[in-house]
Amino acid sequence: MGTHNYNLSEQFEFTGKAKTLSILGIAIGAAAIIYGLFVKELHERTFANLLLMAYYFACVCMSGAFFLAVQFVAQAGWSASILRVPQAMAKTLPIAVVILIAVIGAGLYTHNLYHHWHADGLTDPNSPNYDKLIDGKSSFLNVPFFMGRQVIFLGLYSIFAVLLSKLSANEDVEGGLNSYRKSFKYSCIFLVIYGFTTPVFAFDTVMSLEAHWFSTMFGWYNFAAMWVSSLATIAVIIILLRKAGYMSWVNNSHLHNLGQFIFGFSIFWTYTWFAQFMLIYYANIPEETVYFYKRFEHYEFWFYLNLIMNFLSPVLLLMDRDNKRHENVLLSVSIVVLCGHWVDYYQMIMPGTVEEHHGFGALEIGIALGFVGLFTFTVLNALSKKPLIARNHPFLQESLNHHL
Amino acid sequence: MSNIKYILGSFGDPDEMMHGIEKLQENNIKIYDVYTPMPIHGIEAKLGVKRSRLDVLAFFCGLTGTASAFALIYLTSVVDWRHNIGGKPALALPDFIPIMFELTVLFCAFSLVGAYYASTHLFPGRAPRVMDLRATDDRFIIAIDAKQNIEHSKIDGLLKDAGALEVKYNERKYVSYE
Repeated sequence: MGTHNYNLSEQFEFTGKAKTLSILGIAIGAAAIIYGLFVKELHERTFANLLLMAYYFACVCMSGAFFLAVQFVAQAGWSASILRVPQAMAKTLPIAVVILIAVIGAGLYTHNLYHHWHADGLTDPNSPNYDKLIDGKSSFLNVPFFMGRQVIFLGLYSIFAVLLSKLSANEDVEGGLNSYRKSFKYSCIFLVIYGFTTPVFAFDTVMSLEAHWFSTMFGWYNFAAMWVSSLATIAVIIILLRKAGYMSWVNNSHLHNLGQFIFGFSIFWTYTWFAQFMLIYYANIPEETVYFYKRFEHYEFWFYLNLIMNFLSPVLLLMDRDNKRHENVLLSVSIVVLCGHWVDYYQMIMPGTVEEHHGFGALEIGIALGFVGLFTFTVLNALSKKPLIARNHPFLQESLNHHL
Repeated sequence: MSNIKYILGSFGDPDEMMHGIEKLQENNIKIYDVYTPMPIHGIEAKLGVKRSRLDVLAFFCGLTGTASAFALIYLTSVVDWRHNIGGKPALALPDFIPIMFELTVLFCAFSLVGAYYASTHLFPGRAPRVMDLRATDDRFIIAIDAKQNIEHSKIDGLLKDAGALEVKYNERKYVSYE
């Protein structure tokens, strides 16, 4: 047990290069969106990219809230000194939610998204467009219920995310165990809600793009993707903050824990991905294999790239103990995983929207950069509002002395 | 020459024991081993214990498992007796993966249990060998080889100064459960 003299009121200043670059990213993104909306042939592709990045943004932020809740429910001590980073992500969730709901609403309204189940005559037996399968699913997949679910789920996540971050702010002022006990209680409630609703949220937002096809594994597959990308984001933010001279209390045992999380949940992601793929491959039923048929036909490169980036690279690079503790290795693997999950979402969303007319160009990169800039700006802005350490957290000493 | 084989310093407090280790090391007295009822952070670094190579063993045993599983399935259902399962090719790799995965885990787990037993001499049916029974309960024990370090009174003094509650001179290495 060492004694420490860390500056517990250290505060992040959001200025300089980080601010300029994130604003530049937002500007590039805005330019890409405007370009995409001006060219008529690119409308659907623009909307697909907007959905991809808005979904990614919301998922990373809500998994930040999930990270907080998991730490409280597990009564984890090691993470007490890094909780401000996921808290900043959780605080950004309401912004991400507004953007996601706006993209979904606009996509539905302009028929650029979800036209597979939302078009004229799909549920009318006398129409030439009549689709028996969609008609059968229409009591679930209809616009009011669909939008209602989105608003309720995302609203609930936002309320809990903001609540958990507010309780931590109270703790800074009041001290004592009151806020911790409340955080524990709300985290328990949040985890139950989150566990049951995220699969449905994933079914709605992504799986319904191809409404004929269904997979019960899809929800967990998406959950794994959002959770591991959120962990990678937390690692990236912490390492970059350390490189900028903040958070001197984060030692390589904390990085080791984050590395283990990323390593373990990358394997979990592969497990869910493979469980979905293998059963469909093995049973070989046409109505199920159509999903992978599309991906093999037009997206073969992305299909394999997905596995290389999200499975092989974290497994091979993070298996070694020293690599998990090494700042630069963990940073590069986290960035590979983050890009990998963009590829993952890309091959989930594109075949159901633009099908064979997909591409990878200025539009994809521009919109991705725009959302990365927006994420960086909002999260760092939220981070700069509070000290970088929750100084009255009951497990703070355990975290400062964390040693593996 | 006495028959004393090991000198055991028995501490009631882990911090005092860590202090005792420092004192002994300052006086160039080689510590044979330390026994504690709970894990103590930083003790490996202080005693210079080498990092376990269990992970390397686990990796290679896991690979053996993967290769064995692949060989088993390949030889039985591709080379020796081809099956037509759902019209798929005989070498349908995705079907093999669950078995390859399971055998990887199985080989890895078995070899780790075996390696653990071998390195700690804990085989089923064998009386466990301990130098001081209270090291499994509430005492922190520093063991010093009495044959290599002959200044017994100095060691005794150092241990007591550091806060040892008791210093034992054992003529047998192990006290077994008899």
